Amino acid sequence: MSELRPALTVFVLLTLLTGVVYPAAITSVGQLAFNSQVNGSQIQQGERVVGSRLLGQPFTSPKYFWSRPSATAPQPYNGAVSSGSNQGPTNPALQSAVSDRIAALRGVDPGNDAPVPVDLVTASASGLDPHISPAAAEYQVARVARHRNASEHEIRRLVQQATQGRTLGILGEPRVNVLELNLLLDAQLGR
Amino acid sequence: MTALGLLQIALYVLVLVALAKPLGAFMARVYQGERTFLSPIFAPVERIIYKCSGVDARSETDWKRYAAAVLLVNFIGFLFVYLLQRFQHVLPLNPQGMAAVTPDSSFNTAVSFATNTNWQGYGGEATMSYLTQMLGLGAQNFLSAASGLAVLVALIRGLARRQAGQIGNFYVDFTRGTLYILLPLCVVLSILLMSQGVAQSFSANKTVELLDPVTTAEQVSQQTIPLGPAASQIAIKQLGTNGGGFFNVNSAHPLENPTPLSNFLELLAILLIPAALCYTFGRMVGDPRQGRAIMIAMLVIFVPLTFAVYLAEQSGNPRLDALQVDQAASATHSGGNMEGKEVRFGIAHSALWAAATTAASNGSVNSMHDSYTPLGGLVPMWLMQLGEVVFGGVGSGLYGMLMFAMLAVFIGGLMVGRTPEYLGKKIESYEIKMACLVILIPPVIVLVGTAIASVTPAAVASVANPGVHGFSEILYAFSSAGNNNGSAFAGLSANTPFYNFALGIAMWTSRFWLMIPVLALAGSLAAKQTTAVTAGTLPTHTPLFITMLVGVVLMVGALTFVPALALGPIVEHLMMIGQ
Repeated sequence: MSELRPALTVFVLLTLLTGVVYPAAITSVGQLAFNSQVNGSQIQQGERVVGSRLLGQPFTSPKYFWSRPSATAPQPYNGAVSSGSNQGPTNPALQSAVSDRIAALRGVDPGNDAPVPVDLVTASASGLDPHISPAAAEYQVARVARHRNASEHEIRRLVQQATQGRTLGILGEPRVNVLELNLLLDAQLGR
Repeated sequence: MTALGLLQIALYVLVLVALAKPLGAFMARVYQGERTFLSPIFAPVERIIYKCSGVDARSETDWKRYAAAVLLVNFIGFLFVYLLQRFQHVLPLNPQGMAAVTPDSSFNTAVSFATNTNWQGYGGEATMSYLTQMLGLGAQNFLSAASGLAVLVALIRGLARRQAGQIGNFYVDFTRGTLYILLPLCVVLSILLMSQGVAQSFSANKTVELLDPVTTAEQVSQQTIPLGPAASQIAIKQLGTNGGGFFNVNSAHPLENPTPLSNFLELLAILLIPAALCYTFGRMVGDPRQGRAIMIAMLVIFVPLTFAVYLAEQSGNPRLDALQVDQAASATHSGGNMEGKEVRFGIAHSALWAAATTAASNGSVNSMHDSYTPLGGLVPMWLMQLGEVVFGGVGSGLYGMLMFAMLAVFIGGLMVGRTPEYLGKKIESYEIKMACLVILIPPVIVLVGTAIASVTPAAVASVANPGVHGFSEILYAFSSAGNNNGSAFAGLSANTPFYNFALGIAMWTSRFWLMIPVLALAGSLAAKQTTAVTAGTLPTHTPLFITMLVGVVLMVGALTFVPALALGPIVEHLMMIGQ
């Protein structure tokens, strides 16, 4: 069949070009020019890697700022299998999950009955969201200050350091990197 | 809706329109075989490819041989990706030691990537070896996109030529599209994405100690940092309207889409080529106004629907208000329905993405559509059901829209009692039959598939959310596969034999049984003589025609799908606000 030769040859050559040469070339460029970024934005402390700037971690101690709820299985913030909850808006399981999260937040912060910012009680899309909103950080400032015997002013200053604004003042949303913030807390105020 | 949110959407549309024109002109040069500024680099590569494969770049074929070549190359791609998955455990570049993929899942994925759908029943980081990702899925992203572009170009030639037997050389169109258009754009985009923090490495995953170990059922003290050659694949999955993510959650993953800037660039890449093709079309038929009219018609549908998603999502979930959750937007948080969304994107960029990815047949996501409010989820579903013609897939979107344009002139012709013409070509019974096949096959697949699944116990068992939302999950799955989109209401456990086969067949049919009538139409149009423009000709670049075209697209979409939508998202919306 005369069609087979051009079809196969063009397929093989373009597959090699786009499936081998192209990714290999991009990898070389990346490893040279953007070494930290392309290897997962790892955070180094001395010789040790303590995490990734771009992957959130779960926090349950009251002395740390908590990340957003994560729906990854079997444990939250499982980097090996990213996942959202995929709960629909009218799913009763969503309401009870949100209720439980509010109860957990209030359990470690008695007396704080302000409305909870929505991002702090809803599961992120990736289950690995490294950020919370500035409002969600502010909601936790008093609790963290109390458990660390620090002033709220001191804690707010650190929150400010871990906060990023909109890109070029327009794109995206202002956000607080939770892992970076908690590493700052440990570094400045002791573990 | 916030002022900054609206500004972000406006900025997106402006940048898109500004970039579409020069790229469109460039693509016209590529497909007309002219020299471009990239020729010094790629012309030698092109010559080697033709030489090795015995392709005579100057010879052209009729539509039948063109169609045979499209089908053959894509079938080879399907077989190749199937085998690659079945044997990945014994092949190199598998640092995580991934096992062979199951036969039904391999079939589904092979069809999915050969048809430019990129529906994913599997989770990337837990299933596929790096070799499968690159050589199989990554390469197919290019080749399926180049196939769609080639078929469109053949149709445009059919419209532009007079009394011609040939509509082009598939291998030349296929090769030039890959080399001069897709590859250079991908190189630029992947470098930009890497600078933002998208992973690109051949190393195995890295493990780190958690700062605050989790002590629930069992002690978990470590976290995996997933790696892999992601950026190179993400660039093409966005630009080629493929949409198959490197990681399970696609562009919601922080290592696939780390910053608002990477998000803006990936968003731009979704619609860039489909929008630019409108200008390519205008140039190649020798009347730029025709391309502009199509582009305006697409924007007229796209922009209001984007605002609709934004409004629905920003309004939040009334059921959470009772729980004392703060969903009102302020300077310090985006508010709204944040379940299944990422903080760095907030509501505006998530809603814009949901509209763009379903307007185009891209199907990548940066938020979980399953968790959208009922009306926020209805719009993406309907954008797919319109037949993926509002921008649509690269190539396939515009050839679908041109079918609607012919239907619109036909209806216009019936109104005034004249033989309809499009770009000087008489649109007769044969043309309308082919156009109607293209317009009607996807809805049949979607509705029949949804109906069968809704009464099949094995299919209903895959549903994740109770009540009517479960029906929406099934309807969304068939809307996505039957229009080659690839996004999902991902709660549905689709990696089962039923869905793998049913959706696989849906994707295959709606890709190739649309391409064949389109090419047949191209052949028939090419053979026709062009008739002269007279006072009685309906001009197809005017606001009147744009209105008619938009009307026809929306009417067909509404008449076909409102009953099904009423059973799913519309009922759910009424239930949600009723309590």
